[in-house]
Amino acid sequence: METKNRTIFFEVCNLSISFGGLDALNDISFEVHKGEIFSIIGPNGAGKTTLFNCINGIYKPDGGHIIFKGQKIQGKRPDYVARLGIGRTFQNIELFTHMSTMENLMLGRHRYIKAGLLRGAIMWAKRSFAGREEVAHRRKVEEIIDFLDLQSVRNKFVGSLPYGTQKQVELGRALAMEPELLLLDEPCSGMNSEEKQDMIFWIKDIQDALGITILLIEHDMKMVMDISNRILVINFGKIVTEGSPEEVQKHPEVLRAYLGEQDNLENIA
Amino acid sequence: MGELVQTLVSGIAVGSSYALMGLAMVIIYKTSEVINFAQGEMALLSVFLTYMVLEYYHFPFYVAFPSALAFALLLGFFLEFAVLRRAKEPNVLGMIIITIGLEMILMGFVSWKFGAEPKTMRFPLSPYDSLSLGEIFVSSLEALTFVVALTLMTVLFLFLRYSKLGIAMKATQQNKMAARLMGIRTNRILMITWGISSLVGCTAGLLIAPTIMQPYMMWDPMLKGFAAAVLGGMTSLPGSVFGAYIIGVVENLFGGYVSIEFKSAVAFFIIVLVLCIKPSGLFARHYVKKV
Ligand SMILES: Nc1ncnc2c1ncn2[C@@H]1O[C@H](COP(=O)(O)OP(=O)(O)OP(=O)(O)O)[C@@H](O)[C@H]1O
Ligand SMILES: [Mg+2]
Repeated sequence: METKNRTIFFEVCNLSISFGGLDALNDISFEVHKGEIFSIIGPNGAGKTTLFNCINGIYKPDGGHIIFKGQKIQGKRPDYVARLGIGRTFQNIELFTHMSTMENLMLGRHRYIKAGLLRGAIMWAKRSFAGREEVAHRRKVEEIIDFLDLQSVRNKFVGSLPYGTQKQVELGRALAMEPELLLLDEPCSGMNSEEKQDMIFWIKDIQDALGITILLIEHDMKMVMDISNRILVINFGKIVTEGSPEEVQKHPEVLRAYLGEQDNLENIA
Repeated sequence: MGELVQTLVSGIAVGSSYALMGLAMVIIYKTSEVINFAQGEMALLSVFLTYMVLEYYHFPFYVAFPSALAFALLLGFFLEFAVLRRAKEPNVLGMIIITIGLEMILMGFVSWKFGAEPKTMRFPLSPYDSLSLGEIFVSSLEALTFVVALTLMTVLFLFLRYSKLGIAMKATQQNKMAARLMGIRTNRILMITWGISSLVGCTAGLLIAPTIMQPYMMWDPMLKGFAAAVLGGMTSLPGSVFGAYIIGVVENLFGGYVSIEFKSAVAFFIIVLVLCIKPSGLFARHYVKKV
């Protein structure tokens, strides 16, 4: 599967972290190639979110490395990791709830904004540096709003939007950062099936059209098997198996773990 | 009639120094939800050092005042960096208690170094000069304080609303984790917030010092500034300024017509009243505590 002489895009080596005796992650290693959708599955409490938190610097791992484009990023601050080009959405939505959709997405552009000492300069000087810069960023944000179909809520406070729409805004904000690697933590949780279909479509499009590499955590087996290039299965903080969707769903432990979930089972079969 | 107008004008005049303290407190509260009870004493230290520079080393005003402001800025940076940031597993209540500790330390230091007896601060304007409009008098120092408060309010308002830094501050306040994931250095933002706030507080101190200068000089303006900020909803800069005017005016009316002894307590009576009727403050827009 892996070719030796490719430069590694993203790699986790022997990552471990524990919380007061509980090994949340134990010796996790895997590699992600540029442009793929790499999914992480496992039962509740397996350590999936903890892995994301280690990657973007919210947690400091006890041991191991995380390498992104040749640079070690474990133990670095979240804002630093973000500026390197790793974007993220959360299982429990972390938005600026008292700002509009537009403002949330503009904050995704924050790391690119240089001038902006007086952002309002746009009012009287559209051709000033700040004005032109602002226009460029707004255009980028407009593209994302179109892409994710958010026109109708662009000026609404995100705190008042339905759950599924908030998830969309959060994805939009992550895209506004133009990340090279995007971490999506259960992007479809709490969504109805129609919203889910849209989300799956966008994730595929983010991979195909925008060329962004995606690390995905998701419980919906059909979706995972459908869109992933490769899958990592973890349980109790340890790796169970790793491979293509076909390989993974034949693994006995995976079969056993998801046996109880009737609807998922028939999808896998 | 003339007497009433005079009382109102003096109320607004005294409200202006509360307004500056209120602005200083709102700036920190806006980004971190911490009420900084050391605000007054941070200004106190800057003011006493200015006094030292003027009286002991005989520097001119144009050196002493800018250096005071620069010192205040650095003091704010320093306290945030060296003290508040060191708090392990910080929560808002713990932070507020730290600021109370800081307040005591700074006050103790100033009292020990400079003594408790009142001093006279030199100032380019005498507090006894006054301007008159018909029968209404305001001291030129009061007029200056009024202008400075309104100017700072406007500048800060525009700055926080439109600058990259201001937007980063707003993001930090609403969701620190999300702000960091946008690449915002939230620690640095907090440090800058403390610096700016300390600078505004120092401006208040320098304008208060010509009238009264001893280690307790900032306590009353700080509490009234806090009251004004609460009236304004804690996060609104214009709100805190108008809150301060309301407190200044009501206080003066009360002192003039009802009871001079309870004049100072009026501010707190107003706070209780407002918190009972409109808990989010008079000027808060859509501010709801995040959960
Ligand atoms: N900050 C923390 N302090 C203590 N324990 C933690 C902390 N973060 C995670 N854990 C523990 O680590 C384990 C893994 O949690 P994690 O959130 O990574 O699970 P998950 O795989 O994302 O589960 P889910 O599918 O429910 O989201 C859990 O037992 C959790 O209680
Ligand atoms: Mg999780």
